[in-house]
Amino acid sequence: MMDKHFFNPSATSETNIENVSRRSFLKQLGLGSSAFVLATVVPGFGPAFAKELTPKQLAEQPALHKLNMFVSINPDNTTSIVCHRCEMGQGIRTSIPQIIADELEADWDLVEVIQGQADKRYGAQGTAGSTSIRNQFTELRRIGAAARQMLEQAAADVWQVPVSEVAALNHKVSHKPSGTSLSFGELAESASKLEAPKAELIKLKDNAKFNFIGKEVRLFDHDKIVAGEAIYAQDIQLPNMLIASIQRPPVVGGKVVSFDASDALKVKGVVKVVKLKERNLPVMVNPLSGVAVLATNTWAAHEGKKRLKITWDDGPNSIHDTDKYVDELKQKVNTKGQVERQIGDVYAHKYTPERTLEATYSIPYQNHSPMETPAATAWVQGSGDTLSCQIWAGTQNPQWAQGLVAGELGLPQDQVDKVELNITLMGGAFGRKSKSDFILEAVELSQSVGKPVKVVWSREDDIQHGFYHSVSANFMKAELTDDNSADYWIQRVAYPPIGWIFDGRQDRPNNRDLSVGFGDTPFAVKNMSLETQSISTHVRTGWVRSVACMNNGFALGCFVDELADKAGITTAQMWMNLLGNDRHINPKQEGGFDYTNYGHGYDTHPVDTARMKKTIEHLIKHSGADEQTPANEGWGISFFRSFGSYVAAATKVKVENHKVNVLEMHSAIDCGIAVTPDRVKSQMEGAMVFGLSIALMSEITVKNGKVMQSNFHDNVVTRMHQSPPMEVHIVESTEPPGGVGEPGVPPIIPSIVNAIFHASGKRIRELPVNKVMSV
Amino acid sequence: MIKFKINNRPVEIDVENEMPLLYAIRDELKMTGTKFGCGMGQCGACTVHIDGQAMRSCITPVSIVEGKSITTIEGLDPNNDHELQISWREYKVPQCGYCQAGQIMNAAAMLDQVPNPTDDQIDAYMQGNICRCGTYKRIKQAIKHAAALKAKA
Repeated sequence: MMDKHFFNPSATSETNIENVSRRSFLKQLGLGSSAFVLATVVPGFGPAFAKELTPKQLAEQPALHKLNMFVSINPDNTTSIVCHRCEMGQGIRTSIPQIIADELEADWDLVEVIQGQADKRYGAQGTAGSTSIRNQFTELRRIGAAARQMLEQAAADVWQVPVSEVAALNHKVSHKPSGTSLSFGELAESASKLEAPKAELIKLKDNAKFNFIGKEVRLFDHDKIVAGEAIYAQDIQLPNMLIASIQRPPVVGGKVVSFDASDALKVKGVVKVVKLKERNLPVMVNPLSGVAVLATNTWAAHEGKKRLKITWDDGPNSIHDTDKYVDELKQKVNTKGQVERQIGDVYAHKYTPERTLEATYSIPYQNHSPMETPAATAWVQGSGDTLSCQIWAGTQNPQWAQGLVAGELGLPQDQVDKVELNITLMGGAFGRKSKSDFILEAVELSQSVGKPVKVVWSREDDIQHGFYHSVSANFMKAELTDDNSADYWIQRVAYPPIGWIFDGRQDRPNNRDLSVGFGDTPFAVKNMSLETQSISTHVRTGWVRSVACMNNGFALGCFVDELADKAGITTAQMWMNLLGNDRHINPKQEGGFDYTNYGHGYDTHPVDTARMKKTIEHLIKHSGADEQTPANEGWGISFFRSFGSYVAAATKVKVENHKVNVLEMHSAIDCGIAVTPDRVKSQMEGAMVFGLSIALMSEITVKNGKVMQSNFHDNVVTRMHQSPPMEVHIVESTEPPGGVGEPGVPPIIPSIVNAIFHASGKRIRELPVNKVMSV
Repeated sequence: MIKFKINNRPVEIDVENEMPLLYAIRDELKMTGTKFGCGMGQCGACTVHIDGQAMRSCITPVSIVEGKSITTIEGLDPNNDHELQISWREYKVPQCGYCQAGQIMNAAAMLDQVPNPTDDQIDAYMQGNICRCGTYKRIKQAIKHAAALKAKA
């Protein structure tokens, strides 16, 4: 199911764009056809109470003339552009309007953003896999262009001239021969009555004429954020709302045997204690069940929860113990596995020991730990035909959540619109808020108590009941050739696959999982075997920023460094040697691996070794990572292509008395056209800090099926004093956009670990570093 | 009844003495600019000023603030133009933005004590405030810029 949300590009560029103000939009609102489409969504954030407004109140709202699902223009010229994807800090609420406004020929100062709520008419809304721009760039441009062409047609109609004589620019349409012009606001009403142009008649501008794409623009939301006015899911307040804090089973699949709520109910403010319903396997993204304490304030809910006395049946996953499990993973990848990609024969060869290297790498479970813990408010009212459900949540997957809630309420999928899902800002997500368990908890509890309910997760809840990045082991083996490349290459990987949460039978990564940084190893080796091993799963695993590229990029990046050291050449040179000639790689043709290429075709997003080499060269040139360093200092570099983008990273560290001090970090990115360069930089800066946490300090361990960490004192993340000066170097490119949120992470982690080796001679293959050095 | 001032406005609330100030502010006074991050003083997202000192409101019982004066992000500057807010906008510091109220409040208290902080002083004062998006570089730049703006004022 998740593949649909995660990897597939959304609507293609051939999709027809409808003028909704003429069609379903009015019908959905139940308004007379004489009305222009009215503002049903208050611009910006905040609970949308449009459904509660009377027709008179609606009529008093500023009239927005809607040209399509995304573009509305006010008579006063201001223009509202919908962001249908979800904001978690990546800046998408700026980037999407920026793309549309460019083709619209709008004035950026007159543009405001409206959050699109869950609605399948927007196409794919799942905000994951770094997909928003790379999958929808052309489609978003076409939406802007279609609206521009309607304004141009409206002007041509006013002036009774051929449309070829008019052109839009800077929020006006001008008639070139006469020099007259009309503003977008003056044209909006008549334009909104026109049919949208047919798909084949939509014309995009030349890239050289971009006004906003690739340029610095005002970012949305920052004014509200620094004023404390931005609204996140934790901030939703409704009249008569109850707050719920839930004690969930400490082991996945555990059940409540019995519970005593008498002490919890004595806490002032606690209203009710509810046992959540038990859920069947697979765990999916459903709630984990448990016991909820509902109160009139957050503190009472959490205090009540502490006073619950629950007897659990931990179930079969209580055997899980990460100490033993990591050993099992490492043993498994040290034996031949199931071959997923094969070139030549790596097993008939007799390896020369002094030219051969093998290594096993391991990364522990990682938790997302967004600063805002999961939270959702639901208000389920009525039943049967009168049933309605309103939700306010920060979610990365609005339509998936909407469908799951509809299922929870017994609504057929053609009545999914009865679930109104209002998307708030997310206080970080990193993949955690792709999963709807916390939303479904709120729905279940609201239905149970007949009131609006806000479910809030404590930090302990977040750390102990997450969807973790899988603990993993990667094995690498290669033999160096005389010219310091490699002709024999073996990679093996084992980890509990994310697919297990949807199908308990999945016991190893499938080809879609392996397409995330494993099956596309881009080296020009004559003999290659890429293999998997099976393992049982005992916790909820999930997509964490960069997904399996995290461990695959760590293993590959460290191993290339180890090979370079063995060969006595620089790591950058070893990358060049292994990448070989400039070429486009198709892992299907080279080794029979059915590579999904992050949902792209090779025509738009080839696996291009020339871009890989250029990105590495750009990094070295701008970071100075090829400089000589004092004895206890060292640079480490790495590279990884993922989510359609090419990223190289360099880190400089100093190691003294087994203490690592990170001095400087750089990353270079070729993400094709960088739509919002400042947000590309901020994402890459964030990826460096995220990578520092994973490399140096973060770890989730499990004993008897229970997560051992509980808050930021033991699930440690990077703090300011551990965050060094850092620079981002964008490679100028005219290629179609790649992803930005995730691809920064994979090369960062090995660059740090390699730097530690070059500073100290200490080779670390098992993360985090703070197991063996202080950080 | 507990009486105190918040952003120069006198308030009286009827809650348990042990309720952390954070929940009194968010749930009772309905001011949501101050955020929950960890509940144990580990992350700084809930930072407010109590009589000018930066404090973690998630571990401060509301009874302690009886008679005191609280400042939250909403009251830092009447026009949201405190030097730090200006600098935060200029350096485009926020990503998700959730921790930034706590960062700004902590930095504001620091600048009152250390008007021209060095990198090491900023690290020392700010290491209790976690930003999971990783905006530390820009926070540091913005603090220095704000210090320069304050010096000019």
